[in-house]
Amino acid sequence: MRLRSKRGCIWIWILSFWLADAPSLAARAPEAGEDVLTTPGQLGQRGGRLVASLHSDPKTLNPVTAVDAYSRQIIGLLSADLIHINPFTQRSGAALAKSWKASSDGKHYTVELRRGIRFSDGYPFNADDVVFSFKVYLDEKVHSPQRDLLEVQGKPIQVTKLGPDRVEFDLAEPYAAAERMFDSVKILPQHLLQRAYDEGKISQVWEIGSKPSEVAGLGPFRLKQYVPGQQIILERNPYYWKVDSSGNRLPYLDEIAFLIVPTEDAEVIRFEAGDIDVISRIGADNYAALERDQRAAAYQLQDLGPGLEYNFLFFNLNSVDAQKLPEIHRKQEWFRKPEFRQAVSAAIDRDAIVRLVYRSRATPLWDHVTPGNRMWLNTAVPHPPQSLARASALLRSVGFTRRRDGILIDARGHVVEFSILTNPSNTQRTKIATIIQDDLSQLGMQVHLVPLEFQAMMARIFDSYEYEGALLGLMSGDADPNPEINVWTSGGTTHLWALTEKEPATDWQAEINNLMRTQTAILNYQERKRAYDRVQELVAQFVPVVCVVSPHVLVGAKNTVGGFEPAVMGDYVLWNADQLFLRRSVAASR
Amino acid sequence: MIRNKKLVVSAIALVLIQIPVIGAGFFAPYDPTVQNRDVPSSPPTSVHFADSRGRFHFRPFVCRWIGNTSSSGYQGSHEDCSKTSSLRFFVRNETVYDGQVRKSSRHLFGTDGAEKLLLLGTDEYGRDQFSRLLYGGQTSLGAGLLATGLSLGLGLVFGCIAGYLGSWVDDVIMRAAELFMALPWIYLLFAVRAFLPLNLDARQAFILLIGVIGSTGWARPSRLIRGVILSVKQRAYVLAARGFGVSSMSIIRRHILPEVSSVVLTQAALLIPQYILAEVTFSFLGLGVSEPQPSWGSMLASLQNYYVLTAHWWTFASGLVLVPIFFLFYSLADSLQRSVQIFDLPK
Repeated sequence: MRLRSKRGCIWIWILSFWLADAPSLAARAPEAGEDVLTTPGQLGQRGGRLVASLHSDPKTLNPVTAVDAYSRQIIGLLSADLIHINPFTQRSGAALAKSWKASSDGKHYTVELRRGIRFSDGYPFNADDVVFSFKVYLDEKVHSPQRDLLEVQGKPIQVTKLGPDRVEFDLAEPYAAAERMFDSVKILPQHLLQRAYDEGKISQVWEIGSKPSEVAGLGPFRLKQYVPGQQIILERNPYYWKVDSSGNRLPYLDEIAFLIVPTEDAEVIRFEAGDIDVISRIGADNYAALERDQRAAAYQLQDLGPGLEYNFLFFNLNSVDAQKLPEIHRKQEWFRKPEFRQAVSAAIDRDAIVRLVYRSRATPLWDHVTPGNRMWLNTAVPHPPQSLARASALLRSVGFTRRRDGILIDARGHVVEFSILTNPSNTQRTKIATIIQDDLSQLGMQVHLVPLEFQAMMARIFDSYEYEGALLGLMSGDADPNPEINVWTSGGTTHLWALTEKEPATDWQAEINNLMRTQTAILNYQERKRAYDRVQELVAQFVPVVCVVSPHVLVGAKNTVGGFEPAVMGDYVLWNADQLFLRRSVAASR
Repeated sequence: MIRNKKLVVSAIALVLIQIPVIGAGFFAPYDPTVQNRDVPSSPPTSVHFADSRGRFHFRPFVCRWIGNTSSSGYQGSHEDCSKTSSLRFFVRNETVYDGQVRKSSRHLFGTDGAEKLLLLGTDEYGRDQFSRLLYGGQTSLGAGLLATGLSLGLGLVFGCIAGYLGSWVDDVIMRAAELFMALPWIYLLFAVRAFLPLNLDARQAFILLIGVIGSTGWARPSRLIRGVILSVKQRAYVLAARGFGVSSMSIIRRHILPEVSSVVLTQAALLIPQYILAEVTFSFLGLGVSEPQPSWGSMLASLQNYYVLTAHWWTFASGLVLVPIFFLFYSLADSLQRSVQIFDLPK
C-alpha cells in the first residue's frame, strides 16, 4: 500500500512535470535563432476556446487532395504556405519564406526560408520539406488540384534546394503573379509523408478520421479531436512561427471548435443563442434578422461591402448539333447577337435585385470585377441604369418586333421564348431569376425558369450543353486577374457559355484572349492594369455574360472576440485566427 | 341516402371555398404576377374610415405604402396617408404597354387610385398575396381534384379487372400496385423533370404534376376496389347473372360498379386533400408550376427563410388556408363513410 502510494506520487510528479512542459498548455517562448515573424496589430489575451461553424464535415485534412471549401478552411488553419496573400490588404507577404528575390528576367526566384521553426509535432522545418511538397503537388500521378496553378505557359515550375534554408524556383516564362502562385500551396512535413508518397498512397493519408498525432503542419493550430457530424476541435500549435509585437508566440486562442451546423438558418439561430462566436457568409435576410435583435444581444455585425463573387446570366453559345438540339441551335441565332445580350442587360433592373433580393446589401455589376477587388477594378466602365426603351431599340435594330399581344418575335416570326436554369437550393439566385424573368417579360420575351438540382444543372452546362440560359455565380480565390484566365479565354475550362469554343469566334473575344494571356507575362502593375481594364471594357460592351450583382460579405462576431478584422477574401472571419483572442472574462469562464 | 347534416355542411363549405378560387380573375383585385417593387414584403394594408384630422369617411380608403431604404439597407415599408385611394366595387384594371391598353379586366373590388388594397400584404417581390392566394388555389386545389380523378379512374379500371378476373391477372396487377406504392414520388418527379424539355410553361408543368401524382397514386384505391369486387362477385345475384349467361361487362356495369361507387366517393374525399398536399410539397420544393404562376406551395417556399418566418406573419396565409380545407375534406370523407352503406371491406 505504501509502495503503491509512493509510486503514485512519483507518477504524479512526472505527470505534473510533463504537463508543465506540455506545449498544449503553455506557449513556448521563441528560441534563439528561430526566425519568427512579428505581426503588427492589437495585443491579445491568451487562452479560451473560440467556437465557429461549418455547414458540412470536411472531407479530408490532406492539402494535396482537398477541393471542398470546408476541408480547405480547416487545412488553412493547420498548415502554412511560403508566401501568403493577406486577405485584408489583398497583397502578398512573407510567410514561411522570410524573403525572396526575383532575377532580372523574372524567371528565377530565390527564396530564403525561416530558420529554426518547427512543425506542430516539434519536427524541424527546412528546404527538404519545400522541395518534397512541390514534388508531390507537381506529380501528375497525384492529381493534385494545385498542379495547374504551378504551371507557367503549360510548363511546371522547377524547384531546387540551394541550402538547408534556401530554395530556387525556376519558371519557364516570366510570370506576373509568381509570388501569388505560392499562396495556398501548403508545405507538407516530409518526415511524416515521404513513406506514403513513395508507396503511391499520398492521396490516402490524413483522411478526416486520422489520429491527431498523425497530422502535422505549420499552421497556427493542430488537430485535437473530430466527432463526425458534430464538431472538429483544433488546439494551439505550440511551435507556431509568428509572434505579436510584444514577442509573445501566437496564436492567442487555446482552441478553435467548429460545430457542424448544416444550414445557414440554424447557424444564425445558434449564433444568436450564443453557441457560436463568429459567423460569416450570412444571407441578407438573416443579417436583417440578426440586426433586428442586435441591441439586446452582445454581438457585432459587419457589412464588408462587395466580395469577389459575381452573379451572372449567360446564354448557351456552345456549338451544338442542329439535328440533336434543333431548338437550342435555332435560338442561338438570337443569343449570338451582341445586341440581344445588350438588350437583356439593359432591361434588367439591377437596383431592384439589390433591394429585393439582398435588402440593399449587394452591389450591381456591369462587368465581372467587383468593387471588392480594389486593385483591379476599372472604375471607368459605364453603369447605365435599367432602360426598357434602350433595350427595345437594340432589339428592333436586329430585326425583333412585337406582336399585337405584346409578344416579342424575331425576323422569321418565331416567338422569343427561352428558359433559364437555376438551382432552387440557392434561394437568392432563384429570386434574381424571378426578377429577370419579370424584367424580360416587359420586352415581350417569354422566359421560363427551370429549377434543377445543382449537379443536374452542371451536367447540362458542362457536358450535354442542353440549356438555353443559366444563372450562376463565380468567385475567385484571389483578387489577381490570373485565376480568371480560365473563365474569359476561349478554351478555358470555365469559359462556361462557350466551352466548345477553342478558337475565338469574334474579334472582341480574340482581343480578350490576347489581353488575358499577355498580362500574365507583364511584370509592371500599371501595364497589367491597363490590359485588364480593357478586358473589363470589352466584357461590359459585348456582354458575353450579363453580370448582375455582387453580394456583400456579411459577417458577425460576439463582442468578446478580440482582434476581429474580417476581410472580403479567403476565410472572411478566420483568416487571422492566429491573432483572434477572447477577452479575459470569457476566456476565464470557458 | 344522404341525410347527414355534417356531410351537407362540409360539401357546401367546400363549394363556397372553391367559388372565389375558380373565379379568381374576378375575385382577386390584381394580377398575381405583377411586381410592385417599391413595396416588397409589406404587411396587409389598413383600411381607414377616418383621415389624419379625424374626419369620418363613409367610403373606406387605403393609404400609400412607401419602401424605406437607408444607408443600412432596405428597412421595410411604411404607410403614408398624404395620398389615399377609396375602395370601390367592380373596378376595372388595365394593362398598358407601348402607350396602349392591351388588357382590361373587371374585379369585384379594388381602389379608385394608384394606392392598392393589399388584403394579405405582399410577397418578397411586392406581388399581392391575396390575389396570389386565389390564383394559387386554382393550381393547388385543381391539382388535387384532377390528380384524384386520374388516380381513381386508373384505380377503378385496374381494381375491377384484378378483382373480377382474378387468377394471374389479379396477381400481376396487384404486384404492379405494390411496386407503385413503393415509388418515391419526389424522386420520380425529379427524374421526369430532368428528362423533359426545359421550356415547360405553367400549364404543361401543371399537367406533368397531375400526371405524376395521379399515375403513382392509383395503387391504393385499386386494392380497395379489388377487395370490394372480390366480395361482391361472390354474392348470389352476381352468380345468378353469370349463370344466366350475362356478359362480364354488363355484370360489372349493372351489379358491381354501383356497389363500388360508395368506396370511390369516400376515397375521393380522402385523396383530394392528400394530393393537394402533394402539389403543395412539390411546389414548395420548386418542382411544381414555375414562377411567376402562383401555387400555395411556392407561396410557402419563402417561409424556409428564418427571417421571413419570424418577421412576415402574413406569408403564412397559404399554409393556414389548407387547415380548414383539409378539415372539411376529412369531415366529408367521414360523413360519407357513415352515411352510405358500405360493404364489409377486406381487412
